[in-house]
This record gives sequence, structure tokens and C-alpha cells, in this order.
Amino acid sequence: MPAELGTRLVTRFLGKPEAKTIAGYEALGGYRALRKALDMKREDILAEVKASNLRGRGGAGFPTGMKWGFLPPGADKIHLVCNCDESEPGTCKDRELVFWDPHQLIEGMIITAYCLGARHNFIYIRGEMMREYAVLARAVEEAYERGYLGRNVMGRDVQVELVVHRGAGAYICGEETGLLESLEGKKGQPRKKPPFPAQFGAFGMPTTVNNVETFSHVPHVVAKGADWFRGFGTEKSPGTTIFGVSGHVKRPGLYELPLGTRLDEIVFEHAGGPPDGRKVKGVIPGGMSMPILPASQLDVPMANEFLRERKTMLGTGGVMVMHDATCMVRVGCIITYFFRDESCGQCTQCREGTGWLHKIMQRIERGAGSPADLDLLLDVASKMEGQTICAFADAAAWPVQGLLRHFREDFEEHVKQGKCPFPESFEL
Amino acid sequence: MAVTFSDEAARKLSAIAERYPTRQAVVLPALHLAQKEFGHLHDDAIQCVAAFLDLPESHVHGVATFYTMLRRQAGATNTLRVCTNISCMLRGAYDVMAKLEQVLGIKHGERTADETFQLVEEECIAACANAPAIVCGTKYFLDVTPEQVESIVAELRERPHPESEVV
Repeated sequence: MPAELGTRLVTRFLGKPEAKTIAGYEALGGYRALRKALDMKREDILAEVKASNLRGRGGAGFPTGMKWGFLPPGADKIHLVCNCDESEPGTCKDRELVFWDPHQLIEGMIITAYCLGARHNFIYIRGEMMREYAVLARAVEEAYERGYLGRNVMGRDVQVELVVHRGAGAYICGEETGLLESLEGKKGQPRKKPPFPAQFGAFGMPTTVNNVETFSHVPHVVAKGADWFRGFGTEKSPGTTIFGVSGHVKRPGLYELPLGTRLDEIVFEHAGGPPDGRKVKGVIPGGMSMPILPASQLDVPMANEFLRERKTMLGTGGVMVMHDATCMVRVGCIITYFFRDESCGQCTQCREGTGWLHKIMQRIERGAGSPADLDLLLDVASKMEGQTICAFADAAAWPVQGLLRHFREDFEEHVKQGKCPFPESFEL
Repeated sequence: MAVTFSDEAARKLSAIAERYPTRQAVVLPALHLAQKEFGHLHDDAIQCVAAFLDLPESHVHGVATFYTMLRRQAGATNTLRVCTNISCMLRGAYDVMAKLEQVLGIKHGERTADETFQLVEEECIAACANAPAIVCGTKYFLDVTPEQVESIVAELRERPHPESEVV
């Protein structure tokens, strides 16, 4: 649970069962932001969100208001889609947000739908999230019953429909155009861009896709204003975000903190640091696709403008901590296995490259690697990066590059000793 | 055609179809429902979905084989999805998996002879702060230790959580 109540915005109801029902949510002040929004002009809401500089919380960190602004003005049929396909390893925030506070998300979506004039809207929820699907489907039903959704939102001449759509198990559907393909009843294979979803999105119509946490921030921005929101976080990355801390720490959990909070503060103060007698070896700062940082580089504020200087990014805010007995080649095996398994297969560089990365990584882990394999990994990774339809291949290449950048000695030791120098209890 | 949707399922599906601008968008809901009705997506089930939505069988087949939760082979009452990705691996997921394999007498990827359990090595299930984690239908098992495995199996034997419970 987040430690400081003062910076708990979107997670303020986590652990509070009463917020899960619509009556409970209303009693806690829910849907007041929607009431306020409906009295505002659409362009004023857009201006407020733009001024807040709220950035997407799904991984790419793109400014939300700017993304909304790409929709063609006056378009008749606009779709709003919520990306609730959370499956980036190390990320565990959207699932909790939906489970504990489904109406916060729904309220954020209704405000956004009103702002953009989007009538038919969708939440794409990951297939494996069966418990959360049940919660969300019930919450949407309640919102219809209370008149927050439907032909006349809160008695106004505003129509907002919302459909909860279940995925069926495919990481690539978290990529926004893969998600749209899947929503349309196809394989979730990402589209070439342009055209971008703002021009040609779901069912050929202008579409905006935002993450669960992003939508969940919207009621707060509207209720309290851009200036208040910008009081948290950094100049370029305002607001709070959820850091999901996992791995070798004493207190794994969700910590909602201002953007720009230092990584070492998150790992050592909030999450309690590594178990006694252990030291931190490396930390993945924002979900598995983001390059790892060594223990010596944790004095970095968690915002993209600072993390980029260290050749990594905030991603989803999923902080994965590894102590000094962790074999980084084994970590590399898990990462490359994942990407080999999840590649949608459209682009050669990705389909073949992810397989090769895994094959070489495993060879090194088993002690059969050669010194040339280290550079071969980097060579394959460099030929995948930036060469494909979507960012999946980049996401597969970056963590491999990060591991070799900071933990090359682990790889060299495997090659030199002809075996894994770390004791582990499982077969790969 | 060898199988058709029950009246109840057909009614449900027609209501779902109202919410989408195209018939094709109903493929995933229809496949989820077909899997619940027919146990798994055999050729006849795929033919049934294709006929219901007036889509080419080849398209429905392509979708059914793209997604990991859609099964072409028979499944089991409980599908235990055990995460072994980094966060769970770091906190002992492979020990949990080994214990599950021992207690159930199967390897991951297999199902028990009585069709009660299927063991799946799953990639991240978004429960990293409570690793190691297992999901079975709507039921999560969090911060799992190998010592808890026997009671988890017993609990699911007593109260199963089939994945079709939310369809």
C-alpha cells in the first residue's frame, strides 16, 4: 500500500471494499467530477487536461491531452478504448485499480467520452483477469442503472455507451493497434502506422486508446484543476504514478508517489530494501522491457527526462529488484523466452530475432557459450531495434542490451567457467 | 454441422452482437462462449461460431489458434496458471511449480487423468507485488509457498474455479 496518504490519488480507495459499489463510491465523493465536467464546455476540459500535462501511464508516457487533440475535429463517430490488457511483466497496478476502484476508471472514461464526443466506447480487459472482468462488468451495469451511462448521461443530451470486451491471452494485444485488431475480432497483430488510431482506429473510425491508470487520473484533474495536478511530480512529468515494487525487497507493493521520486528512495525506504544480509545487484525500473540499472545508478529521479540519461525509461513503473545472488544470464533467459513466446510473427526481425536471442542466452546459461556470443547478442538486438511494425522488437532488444551494458561480467563468467556460477534450484 | 449453440447461448450472443458495429467483433465473445458450451474449440465448434456469425471458418480458426486461453484440445475443470516470470521466479515460483508437479503427478502443460487440473506455466499475471502468484479462474493464490500447495489443490478439488465461470 502507498505509504504517504498525501500523494494517494488514484490508489486512495485501494483496500476499501466500500468503494467497489456505486453507492459506496458516490458516498466517498465519486461521480462529482463527472457532474462538474458536464457543466463545462468540452474544449475547456480538453484545455485543462492539456495544461495538466498528464502523460500516459501505460508505458510510452505520451501526453494525454495532445493525443486527444489528434482526433479530427467534428468527427461524427469517435471511439474511446481503454487498454486494460496489463501484461508487461513486473506491472501490477491496473489490475488492482480495476478490482478496487472500477468506478474511478468508468468516471474517467465518461468524462473523456463527453469531452471528445465519443459515444461507443470499449474497455479491453486481459483474458486472464477473470475476477477483474466480473467486477468491471458489474460496475458498468451499475453505472447504466444509475444513469451515468446510456443515451442520456445524468439526464443530459449526452450519449456514452461502454462495453467491456475480454481478450483471450496474448501480450501483443497491449500494443494499441494490436488491441484494436483484437477488438475487431482478429488476431492481435499490430498495424502499420500511419494511419494512426486518431485517424483510423477501431472499426475504421477515429479512436483514442488510453491506459487504465491514465483514465483514472482524469476525474482528479477535472475536479481539482491542472495547477493542482502540476503541484505533484516534475516540471516535465507532473502528477503521481503507481510504482509496483516486486522481487527481492522486504515490502513488495504498490506505492503511489510523485513522478520524480528517486529510485533508491522507492527501493530502500518505501519497499524496505533487500532481505537482511543481501545487497541490491540491479533494478529494472519500469517493467521487463526497460533496460536494467545497476546498484550504483539508483540515485535517479523516476521520470523519463532523467531515466533517459541512463539509457532506460519509466515504462509502466514496474520496479523489479534483484539481489546479489541473482544470475543475470538466467534473468536474460526468462526475458528472451517471454519475447520469443509472445512475438506475433508478422515481422521477420522480431519473429526470428527473439528466437535467436533466447537460443544464444540459453546456450550461455548452460555453459556452452563462446566469447563471441556476447557480441552476437548485441548484434542481433541492434538488427531488431527500430526495424519492425511495432515496438515489441525494441522491447525485446532493450533489456538484453541493458543486461550486457551493466552485467557483462556475469556473461563472461559463464563462458569462462563453462557453467552457471550461481546456485539455483530450477531447470530452465 | 455437428454442434449448435444452446438457445440460451444463442440469445446471449445475439444480445452481445447488438453492442458491436460489426459481426466480426463478436468472434472473441463467441469463442469464449463456445469453449464454455463445448468444452474446447474442436472443428465443429469453430464451424458453429463461423456459421452463427456468417464468417469464413478459416478466419475463426485463425483467431482461435492465436490466443493462448482458447483451447483446441480438451481442458480440465481447474486451469492453474502459475506465473514463472521474473518477479515470481525471484521469489520461488519454480519451487512452487515443482511442488505442484509432484502433488498433481503431472508436468506443466499437462492435465490430470481425472481432468480436474491442468497446469500451465503462465507469463506475468499482474500480481508481481504478491509473488509467487497463481490464478485459477476468478481465484488468485498470492505469496504462495511450496508448503501451501497441498491445501491449494485440496481447496480447488472442493470448490473448483473453472475459467468459464465468468463467460
